[in-house]
Amino acid sequence: MQIKKRAAAVALLTAATVVLTGCASGSTTSGGDAAACEPSEGKVDLTFTTWIPGMEDVAAVWNEENPDVQVKVQTGPNGNGGTYQNFFNQLKAGNAPDLGQIEYDALPNFRVQDGLMDLAACEGVLDAKADFVDWTWGQVNFGEDDAVYAVPQDAGPMAMFYRADLFAANNIAIPTTWEEFAVAAEAVRATGGYITNFSQSDINQFAGFVWQAGGSWFENDGDNWTIDLTSPESVKVADYWQDLIDRDLVSTNPPWTDEWNNAYNTGSNWTWNSAAWGANSIASGAPDTSGNWSVALSPQWAAGDDAAGNWGGSSTAVFKGSKHPYEAAQFALWLNTSDEALTMLNKSANLYPAAKSGLELPALKEGVEFYGGQAIYDVFAEASAQVSPDFIWGPTMTQVYNDTSDGFKGAVTGNGTLTDALTSAQQSTIDALEAQSIPVNK
Amino acid sequence: MSTLTPAKPARGIRSTAEKAPRAQRESPFARVSAMIVMGVFTLYFLVPIWWLLVAASKNRSQFNSTNPLWFADFSLFENIGNLIAYRDGVYLKWMLNSALYAGGGALVGTIIAGMCGYALAKYNFPGRELIFNVVLGGVLVPATALALPLFLIFSQISLTNTFWSVFLPSLVSPFGVYLARIYASASVPDELIEAARLDGAGELRTFFTVSVRMMVPALVTVFLFQFVAIWNNFFLPLIMLRDETLFPVTLGLYAWNSQVNQIPVLRDYVLIGALLSIIPLIIIFLLLQRFWRNGLSAGSVK
Repeated sequence: MQIKKRAAAVALLTAATVVLTGCASGSTTSGGDAAACEPSEGKVDLTFTTWIPGMEDVAAVWNEENPDVQVKVQTGPNGNGGTYQNFFNQLKAGNAPDLGQIEYDALPNFRVQDGLMDLAACEGVLDAKADFVDWTWGQVNFGEDDAVYAVPQDAGPMAMFYRADLFAANNIAIPTTWEEFAVAAEAVRATGGYITNFSQSDINQFAGFVWQAGGSWFENDGDNWTIDLTSPESVKVADYWQDLIDRDLVSTNPPWTDEWNNAYNTGSNWTWNSAAWGANSIASGAPDTSGNWSVALSPQWAAGDDAAGNWGGSSTAVFKGSKHPYEAAQFALWLNTSDEALTMLNKSANLYPAAKSGLELPALKEGVEFYGGQAIYDVFAEASAQVSPDFIWGPTMTQVYNDTSDGFKGAVTGNGTLTDALTSAQQSTIDALEAQSIPVNK
Repeated sequence: MSTLTPAKPARGIRSTAEKAPRAQRESPFARVSAMIVMGVFTLYFLVPIWWLLVAASKNRSQFNSTNPLWFADFSLFENIGNLIAYRDGVYLKWMLNSALYAGGGALVGTIIAGMCGYALAKYNFPGRELIFNVVLGGVLVPATALALPLFLIFSQISLTNTFWSVFLPSLVSPFGVYLARIYASASVPDELIEAARLDGAGELRTFFTVSVRMMVPALVTVFLFQFVAIWNNFFLPLIMLRDETLFPVTLGLYAWNSQVNQIPVLRDYVLIGALLSIIPLIIIFLLLQRFWRNGLSAGSVK
């Protein structure tokens, strides 16, 4: 009995410590709080945490050119794989790195937790707006004209990868609207294949579709969040895919699995609506189909429109508590705008730049063998210019993805619909924000 | 050794093979069903390893297109070469780190646990039961729950992202203390310690030259448990470490695996790396299982 009581006490104590230290205070601060951003005296050492392979080599180039500002690269798993949680822990413990890689959809979370330094006062940062593709800047300033919370790094404008050979051999026209896409889907199904795969767990991809349709899932008026997972655009996209699923015109393999790769490799899946960085995913997942693929702009909701969605992309942020924001901002600007750095990042990690000049890199002008020699990145450059600047991410995207994905998994097995999934995710998202004391408009 | 263990039912199958008269008491049906159950479990545990071996021996284009449970062109060694060459052999560095964390941590941790358990078993002092109960309580607290508080503590003394931030917490094994105490009180006779003292041996010398030898089976068990626990401990390094050159192999492979979507070639390296990373565990088990089995049977004499 005595043992039990003591053990329970110890366990309780530990649990209490975890709760006390582990839970983040959900405070929102609004408006710019740009502190003065002055150069530091003497030699400066910066730390930069990122999961992009090859970043050390890029930093080495910078270190060579800037003996007074030395950047040390640290690494870890990708953001949602643990690095974001580490950032939050480190912010709490006061030993966060100076710079960190943060994907666009995670930035609002760091903003809400007050973890980001406003770089607007740092020399050259506000002026850099013109250097970046317009919509990417909206992702890092949250619509505040006099604030900049990160420097855009890469982007994932979406287009359609398709099996040019199969479409030609079966005399099926390449769909340019979603209506044509559905018609083509029937024709493809008649040959025994599927026009594409509906991903039950890539909620970012679905968000990209909603983005293209002109919808947005979140809105922030400076104080309150509005959650709009069930906006008319969102429901339109959900209904469209639900129809294709119901009629068995799309496959529903779990993405990034052998099954999924195999469907592309054997030619049973014909298209993939994906981002610029997806070019290598197909090439590695479906090596037997080399030379047979092409890339076209995404199908449109109305003929003649020119809208594109975005899937993925990240930024370089400076954390609150950095002693050298000026130098950190200079490095972030160099990293994401200089041709030298962008070329290296594209080579080592297939990053597709967010900087306008980056879209003109020689490496992104070449024909790609896997795509029959097509200069596919020209298509993505065109798509990048068509992405709407109005899509806003919420502060609890991991939760949104999980909840929506749970519903989507049910929907593809005939359990509820995609719209049902969005409706229930809408409610659980409101609950999640309120649980963190983040103000919500209902 | 097996003659010592007639009473253990778990060892019945081997005993029946040696001693004919006992076989009659077990029906063939029981034997067959026992074999089937064991066969199923063996398959259950070995098939994933087999899959891993086969997958690691294929090149990338064959990986998706050929039978997942049988070999295609055998390019295992080529794959291993690529893995080791990738990023200047960072994988080897991870393996070395894992060996240091797990080997060093388990060794020192076993000595501490052994001494602590021995002291709790053999010395009478006020607060002995209290200490033991607190240690027992420690067994109940999962290591994962401690990782975050540890991170905050290590942050205070600026030791995060260092070798010590993973090594020091690995030295503690409440279960080891518990096991060492139970084992020491059962297998180290007081008379023997008394005799050593009469012969003029100090307490430390008594412990290291007399008691440790009798506690070897328990200590090996503690070492094995601790080694495997540290080798597989993933959460603590994940939270503590940011410098790639300090990563243990589990964290390194996890980091690679999380980047597979962007850099598909990493997938091959994760597979091969996972295969290689289980080899040290297998070696340790094979080397030490002799002691371990001794330990199990020695306990059964009582």
